[in-house]
Amino acid sequence: MATTVAPQPNAPGAGAGVRQQSWLAQKAGLRIGERFASPGRIGAVVALVVLAVFWLLPFFWAVVTSFKSETAAAATPVTWFPEDGFTTDAYANVLREGNIPLWTWNSLITATAITLITLVVTSLAAYAFSRLDFTGRRWLFWAIIAAIIIPPQVLIVPLFYEMLTLNLVDTYWAVILPQVVHPAMVFILKKFFDQVPVELEDAARIDGAGRLRVFWSIVLPLSRPILAAVSMFVFVFAWNNFLWPFIATSDASLMTLPVGLQTVKSAYGLQYAQVMASAVLAALPLVVVFLFFQRQIIKGFATTGFGGQ
Amino acid sequence: MSSTTVAPPRTTSAEQIRRGESERRARDNRIGWAFVAPFVIVFVMFLVWPLVHGFYLSFTGESITGAGGQLIGFDNYAEALRDPIMWRSLLNTLWFTVLSTVPLVIVALILALLVHQGLPGQWLWRLSFFMPFLLASTVAAQFWIWMYNPQLGLVNYVLGAVGVEQIAWLQDPQWAMLAVVVMTLWWTVGFNFLLYLTALQNIPEQQYEASALDGAGRWRQLRSITVPQLGPTTVLIVILQVLASLKVFDQIYIMTQGGPGGVTRPVVQYVFEVGFTGYRFGYASAIAYIFFAIIVIISIGQMRLTTRRGA
Repeated sequence: MATTVAPQPNAPGAGAGVRQQSWLAQKAGLRIGERFASPGRIGAVVALVVLAVFWLLPFFWAVVTSFKSETAAAATPVTWFPEDGFTTDAYANVLREGNIPLWTWNSLITATAITLITLVVTSLAAYAFSRLDFTGRRWLFWAIIAAIIIPPQVLIVPLFYEMLTLNLVDTYWAVILPQVVHPAMVFILKKFFDQVPVELEDAARIDGAGRLRVFWSIVLPLSRPILAAVSMFVFVFAWNNFLWPFIATSDASLMTLPVGLQTVKSAYGLQYAQVMASAVLAALPLVVVFLFFQRQIIKGFATTGFGGQ
Repeated sequence: MSSTTVAPPRTTSAEQIRRGESERRARDNRIGWAFVAPFVIVFVMFLVWPLVHGFYLSFTGESITGAGGQLIGFDNYAEALRDPIMWRSLLNTLWFTVLSTVPLVIVALILALLVHQGLPGQWLWRLSFFMPFLLASTVAAQFWIWMYNPQLGLVNYVLGAVGVEQIAWLQDPQWAMLAVVVMTLWWTVGFNFLLYLTALQNIPEQQYEASALDGAGRWRQLRSITVPQLGPTTVLIVILQVLASLKVFDQIYIMTQGGPGGVTRPVVQYVFEVGFTGYRFGYASAIAYIFFAIIVIISIGQMRLTTRRGA
């Protein structure tokens, strides 16, 4: 904790007092001119630690429960350390009898397909809105922007009806297709393309490159950060989406992870350790990805959250 | 447009220029529509068409069997307005929106201010507060069903330690909505926290340095620099949060199924139940459209409020 870092005389760079202070301040990420240990600051640090513990508790509690035997999980009084020790029985049972690997696979397939299709259709459209002057451009763009306020929940009944008509219920396509329409992403990408200098493209076009080629080999490579942000947002959204896949699939072999997990609760009834083991396993892929790509993911979400600014 | 910047050769006649211009126009037109076509196709098929068709369905007695598909005028809407469950679920949704938006904005701001102090271990703080947002609703809900378990849950265990009697959080009509709100706060505050944190990092450091030279303390800086600079971000967060809260369904459906006695059932769940357990597509569409109308009205209201502020 920064408050415990008292200025040490033998700290590296401890020449002049001023320099020492600024080095430590830098090390602790403090703003210049700030005091180390005012009462307010100590209070703030304590508050932060308490809140972080609060936020991590449900995770820890789930993980600890998942490593208990069923009897220990259901024993009162509640304890962090079961008398009969920790065990991986719950995981073994869930993996042996359950469908979690299959559901993870389904989620991966559908979320990947949704992300790829969304990227292709939204970036092409956004490029056209940014660069090409075609009839109806203005009203079409406004129609798409206006559609941002339509909540997907309003469409569940007619969409299901449509899937019945197209005979797609209980297929991957029923899960995928309605989730590739992201009007907000067209807006975000267009805003980014607007800032790519036109001169870069003009040079290539004078050399005879067609629009699609210019788009593919000049605009897209320059747009990597925004494409990454959009992909991340769409992928996580699709990976976690519950309502639509829940409606579109009833066949357990086609369910995505969130939908399948909902059936686990009823299947395992009061076997708390196994329910928690399933939940932990379901959480694991994104948690691991997040641990590795924390910086990029946070940046991506902030970018899309701020509408691409 | 870029295409117009290519100057025509000097020797061409006015006629040729005109012809070249119109050809280029036609080509831009073709290419433009070719580029937007894939999006327009999915947009029309899976958004515009269901929207129109749902509106049509709301005036029919359509069910899953295909029976009763004829137009019945405003009967569904009239029924909805007389339906106490529709009203109750609508009010539940609005109540949830009020109860959740306030802490989701304030707590997000507090967390962001605390993390922004720049203590070591930034990754740990961000992980703690943002990570839950990346969990699927089913995972987060499962965690909290377990936390709220009356005999075995951590919540009652901790409260028991300070002498509070066991509460059946998700089964007690008095507490169920609050329990859902607390879980939602834990689950989704990370996104707002992230937006605030990003906004805080974008406040120029010089402003703090200058005010420090003028002798401003931390509280003064918070009041006079930080909070005003976060104004636009707060507006954005409130708008996004209200719209997100109005669409609540997942966590409530998973944790309480709308119970006990319908005290937590949100309007989206009612649409779902009428449509997919009662299979009354027409009536479900009517309720969905009433909900949609409310979303549109609230969005327009928010837009007018913010543009007036901006002007």
